[in-house]
Amino acid sequence: MSADLTDDSIIRFARGVRLQHDRVRERWIIQAPERAFIPDPIAAEVLKLVDGTRTLGQIIADLASRFAAPVDVIGRDVHVMVTDLMTRQVLVA
Amino acid sequence: MTETILSPMSLLAELTHRCPLQCPYCSNPLALEPRQNELSTAEWISVLDQAAEMGVLQVHFSGGEPMSRPDLPELIRHAVGLGLYTNLITSGVLLNEKTFPALVEAGLDHVQLSFQDIDTANAELVGGMKGAQARKIEAARLVAADGMPLTLNFVIYRENAARVPQMLEAAVQMGARRVEIAHTQYYGWGLANREALMPTAAQLEQTTEAVEAARKKYEGRLTIDYVTPDYYADRPKPCMGGWGRRFINISPSGRVLPCHAAETIPNVAFPDVKHDTLDHIWREAPLFTMFRGTDWMPQPCRSCDQREKDWGGCRCQALALAGDAAATDPVCARAPDHERVKAVLDTLPAEPPPFRYRRYARATDEVG
Repeated sequence: MSADLTDDSIIRFARGVRLQHDRVRERWIIQAPERAFIPDPIAAEVLKLVDGTRTLGQIIADLASRFAAPVDVIGRDVHVMVTDLMTRQVLVA
Repeated sequence: MTETILSPMSLLAELTHRCPLQCPYCSNPLALEPRQNELSTAEWISVLDQAAEMGVLQVHFSGGEPMSRPDLPELIRHAVGLGLYTNLITSGVLLNEKTFPALVEAGLDHVQLSFQDIDTANAELVGGMKGAQARKIEAARLVAADGMPLTLNFVIYRENAARVPQMLEAAVQMGARRVEIAHTQYYGWGLANREALMPTAAQLEQTTEAVEAARKKYEGRLTIDYVTPDYYADRPKPCMGGWGRRFINISPSGRVLPCHAAETIPNVAFPDVKHDTLDHIWREAPLFTMFRGTDWMPQPCRSCDQREKDWGGCRCQALALAGDAAATDPVCARAPDHERVKAVLDTLPAEPPPFRYRRYARATDEVG
């Protein structure tokens, strides 16, 4: 599965999964079938950029510029994270 | 010490106890609510409003068969509008090409569809409804064709335990994204049918192996939730994630409960949404405060290092097995009543007795 993931891949949420702000607990949550995940702050920043039109490369470039971090370092972390979230059926590419 | 009161995460809305099926392991109480006692649409709408305000994130529309309620699409639409994640827990026998589009249009997020077995003859024997299996398979097809995420739920018991591998294979073929392989929990009807349903230790081991093999085989395609029968465990489950910590159950008549079996708890008033607000009930009703946190715990729980992990196990199970809802869950190997669990397993009959099917009590039984 990770072999299929490139910087050109367009990432989107699987149907029935979404990022939502939890107003009462003041945090972001991933709503999924019969479970809710709490993304860590970095994952939340990545997921806020997942809109079904951006490529993985565009998401990485955006994060690298906003957090003034090297693209290759951010890119590696984001690939690992997205692959994990695909295994958990949160994201599809 | 004052216990911290968290906001509830999850609401189980039991819209009705009416159901075309009669499964002998049903989680509903033995005393089923008749239709005339059910909350109105407006009352359910108010429950949803209050739940969202309190911080509930997911609402599970259940029953009975929730599709028996004609206002289901309206309730889903309202919940969606509040930002709640909507889940339909259904037998599927009323889900067809006439009824499903209204649920899609309302914005339903997910369907959990139950099967009694993968073997049609046994499934229909257990559910007590001829033709149910074909309807369920059609329901699964409709949900999968729409693209809505689908979970299949298989309750496991003595007669179907050997077929877990076929159930998992069928789940993949039907396009399910999740499957629950859930051993019967012994409350309500399940408790009444315990001797007929309880698997052997060897059967339990087989189902565990089947689930582990399938988790590897279908990784990334199928999420498998596996629930074991806790009679065979030596540590209790953290029932509901702790009493009054995460979960609210609303019965068809509007009773507000910490779990779906809580109506068995004696000597306490059952609060309901017709007479009080959900938030006030959650914070202050004795039914919720009585087992919240750790202050209520007896020994050995009170000084146990697991007390904030398993929360003392299950109150309804303590009541059923030890005769005291405030006892340590007898499933725990450290519990004074642990021998009672072993005694149940040691005295299982070689031949299972006939089922006592889930049915409404006859009118003559109610007055008698």
